[in-house]
Amino acid sequence: MPLDRKDLLDLDDFSSDEIMLLLETTSAMAEILSRPIRRVPTLRGKTIVNMFYEASTRTRSSFELAAKNLSADLVNVSASQSSVEKGESLVDTMRTLLALGADMIVMRHWEAGAPYLAATQVQASVINAGDGWHAHPSQALLDLYTVQKRIGRIEGIKLAIVGDILHSRVARSNIWGFGKLGAHVTLCGPPTLLPPAVLDAYETLPNLTLSYDLDEALQDADAVMMLRLQRERMAGGLLPSLREYSARFGLNRERMGRAKANALIMHPGPMNQGVEITPELAYSVQSVIEEQVAHGVAVRMAIFYLLAGTAERLA
Amino acid sequence: MTGINNSWVIRGARVIDPANDLDAAVDVLVREGTIARVGRALQADAPNLDADGLVLTPGFVDLHCHLREPGLEYKETIATGTQAAVRGGFTTVCSMANTDPVVDTPATVALILARAQAAAAARVFPLAAVTQGSWGTQLVEMAALSEAGAVAFSDDGLAVADARMMRHALEYSLLVGKPIVDHCEDPELVQDGVVHEGLTALRLGLRGRPAEAEETMVARDALLARRTGAHVHIAHVSTQGSVDIIRAAKRQGVRITAEVTPHHLTLTDEIVARKLNENADAALAYDVNAKVNPPLRTAADAEALIAGLNDGTIDAIATDHAPHSENDKLCEISQAESGISCLETAFSQVYQLVRSGKVTLPTLVSKLTSEPSRVFGLPTGTLSPGAPADLVALDLDATWTVDPDAFASKGKNTPLAGATLPGKVAMTFVDGKIVHAVDRFQQRGAR
Repeated sequence: MPLDRKDLLDLDDFSSDEIMLLLETTSAMAEILSRPIRRVPTLRGKTIVNMFYEASTRTRSSFELAAKNLSADLVNVSASQSSVEKGESLVDTMRTLLALGADMIVMRHWEAGAPYLAATQVQASVINAGDGWHAHPSQALLDLYTVQKRIGRIEGIKLAIVGDILHSRVARSNIWGFGKLGAHVTLCGPPTLLPPAVLDAYETLPNLTLSYDLDEALQDADAVMMLRLQRERMAGGLLPSLREYSARFGLNRERMGRAKANALIMHPGPMNQGVEITPELAYSVQSVIEEQVAHGVAVRMAIFYLLAGTAERLA
Repeated sequence: MTGINNSWVIRGARVIDPANDLDAAVDVLVREGTIARVGRALQADAPNLDADGLVLTPGFVDLHCHLREPGLEYKETIATGTQAAVRGGFTTVCSMANTDPVVDTPATVALILARAQAAAAARVFPLAAVTQGSWGTQLVEMAALSEAGAVAFSDDGLAVADARMMRHALEYSLLVGKPIVDHCEDPELVQDGVVHEGLTALRLGLRGRPAEAEETMVARDALLARRTGAHVHIAHVSTQGSVDIIRAAKRQGVRITAEVTPHHLTLTDEIVARKLNENADAALAYDVNAKVNPPLRTAADAEALIAGLNDGTIDAIATDHAPHSENDKLCEISQAESGISCLETAFSQVYQLVRSGKVTLPTLVSKLTSEPSRVFGLPTGTLSPGAPADLVALDLDATWTVDPDAFASKGKNTPLAGATLPGKVAMTFVDGKIVHAVDRFQQRGAR
């Protein structure tokens, strides 16, 4: 089954079959990565542009490695060192990249919806590498892949996503990804970062619940995903202090005891150790945080491969 | 195509004139640009104009539009904006003060009136700002501006954020007897919100503008109007809570009036997230053309606004016509300008409410004619003998498809592109002169 899409913008409009196809393809890519020579010629002659309007370590470098493993030509552009600094509009930048021959544009942007605007303006495939608070579909796919690989299934598992849900693109994409594949997802965080209306916003996902009590959210969980707490939330009046946040919503050994015995500990990074998670847990045997990063390359190879296949068929 | 000295006997139409409580099949005699008589089988030596099958009403009166001149002519001019107005049936438009420079001196009011005299297709009544430069710190010279021709005062685009400033503006307005028009959105609660704070904002990861940002300020203004005895007019009411507050204030006898836009009556925030195309699995769009302040709200809010229109809580329908250039909109949604180009779709948008049985046609016409004229004390919006012959003939059976490229307005920014709407403005008269006619009525005046 091919993937019949020009762009990867979010998982909200993907069917569970399409998500499974991406995960199966990721598995095939992971096999390539296990070989002594990791490079295959699949995308030779294709040009991929990493267009980053916002800083990134792991997402950007894993898209880059993924492109190189598939033998594509990759150009890295960061907004701070480009004509964006001179006031070039998003649309003009996209048209410029297209004129330079970009077949695919990987875009990270501080604004929700920016990749959607780009996708309407250029024929190249647009891959959303994180847009504002909205979506981070490749992160959700690597999280799904990590859980699938460790637990063997997504359907029926209990996942707790903990922290600043309101401002988290990782949470939003994972709500769709895990929700569509039948996981029970509990969102947990303080009310200023987790408005009750969230449940209505995702009313099409029946297995979504909300809790303001971390112990309750962790009860019998198969996996827990801790989100990064941005320090500017205190200045914005959303939280009184890191101390209070950490006391109520920080993950530690004692709390983790409520989850299932071998429950996975996940974090999209970068971590605030000592705030949302203790260092002890971040590096414990239950932690799959580094595996998540490693799987990022295979997931992004799968995305490039499937979207390139679509482009071939459309050409 | 003009009658002799702008004189006509318009025959065959259903005439709705809420100012005179009239809804009947009668003739309208226009003599030298003025309404002479309304009645059955009028005999006169003026040329006959056959309006059979049409509904004839006073020309619409818009309390709130942005003509952008002076200073922002790349978005709209008085000429193009009023051309858009008459195509939409509006013969009177009140222009907002957030031009460049802001309308805060009598000279700028005079400039607008002179430009209107020279180039406008419709009657233009300018508003002036409440505070100098709309900076919110010092009152404008209301007396001088009023004498120059300002019909009301508004910092629209921005709220009068400082409650003390609003209080004094209301007090001082008693000197001139003209309303203070407030764009109610508390900047502290709005922050840099982009769309209504609701389910769409949550799903799309966009910053929200909560309903309470509007409601707290409507409540504040109602209390200050009660204290001062001055007239406050609430611009573009958008939430259920605001309707409730205004209704309660009116019951207490507070001098508070309110307007609502066609888009807040008929659209919801979900349109921001509509699909990029018709395919069921197509990606969502972030429709910048649906970005407007205050934002499009929920279906429950729209229902409350309609109820407010019907029970008199909301006095008028105003377009908040906000034309922008393509570049103002073709960018990230938070960077995009807010507003909808509305004059040419307004009537058909609200006529949908008649079609769906939610508002009667005479009520709708009153909210577009007599009621807005009453709110600002304007001499239009009526077919009383002696009134200027500003008229609109409506073809209610027609439907049409919105094509922004065909707009007279420079602003092509509408979320309704491609939509099919009911009811069409067939002819528009200003001072008895035909200023707009759709093709099939072009020749009628010659009969």
